[in-house]
Amino acid sequence: MLLSEIKDIVKAEVLTGESENDLRNIDIHNACGSDMMSDVLAFVKDQALLLTGLINAQVIRTAEMMDILAICFVRGKTPPESVIELAKDLGMVVLRTEYPMYVACGELYVKGLEGGKNAKAL
Amino acid sequence: MLKHYNIDGQDFSIAGEASSDFKRRLKKLGISPDVIRRVAIAMYEAEINTIIHGGGGECDAEVSNDKITVTFTDHGPGIKDIDLAMQEGYSTATEQIRELGFGAGMGLPNIKNYTDDMEIETEVGKGTVVRLIVKL
Ligand SMILES: Nc1ncnc2c1ncn2[C@@H]1O[C@H](COP(=O)(O)OP(=O)(O)O)[C@@H](O)[C@H]1O
Ligand SMILES: [Mg+2]
Repeated sequence: MLLSEIKDIVKAEVLTGESENDLRNIDIHNACGSDMMSDVLAFVKDQALLLTGLINAQVIRTAEMMDILAICFVRGKTPPESVIELAKDLGMVVLRTEYPMYVACGELYVKGLEGGKNAKAL
Repeated sequence: MLKHYNIDGQDFSIAGEASSDFKRRLKKLGISPDVIRRVAIAMYEAEINTIIHGGGGECDAEVSNDKITVTFTDHGPGIKDIDLAMQEGYSTATEQIRELGFGAGMGLPNIKNYTDDMEIETEVGKGTVVRLIVKL
């Protein structure tokens, strides 16, 4: 699913400045939603989107270690500017939606973005 | 390649900088992305543990011909029961740490899953050394 579609589905705002066109060039295959970073780190997926309600720098670091391309902050939370800057430095796209976690994940799942039920091993 | 990092135990906002730096260096060496990702995830979990449980410490990371070895050393409280600590979900992290997104008790199990070898040397009241090895 293209990141541009994801943005529309969860009615998100882009915090890292990418254009509609940029987002159309990023294909997301998997998503994972959690506020616990070790749970995220346990499930490696390729071309993944991370949805989280946590807004500290460790979210970006976690995504960096996993080669996650894009992050969507849920529940209308806005991370500090330093966190957005870190994401920009690492070339990640950061989105923000007003939807709570369950709704954001649910909307994306029914539209076909999979979670990878068994994606434990590399 | 041999790198040494000081791991600040006070400032959680910079936690992960050692792992981030070493990951960038591994990329420059042209090591396969899968290996890099496994090292990065395991190293990051160990770096976080050194900070939240060990009160900070040091890290030595080395790339040799056939493997990558990363060692974290702290002088924190040590681990009383390693088998228990290795269990998925076991954590002594505080509520405050949990609010920061850690303390799910998945760190040591993750390190084990992503590495080829993992060693823990620990003594209660003295500190902990965690060594992780990923083969090239
Ligand atoms: N460096 C360390 N020093 C002291 N205790 C540690 C250290 N690393 C891990 N532990 C202990 O092992 C437990 C499990 O670690 P881990 O699996 O990483 O889970 P978490 O960090 O989420 O608590 C910790 O809660 C802590 O009690
Ligand atoms: Mg841990």
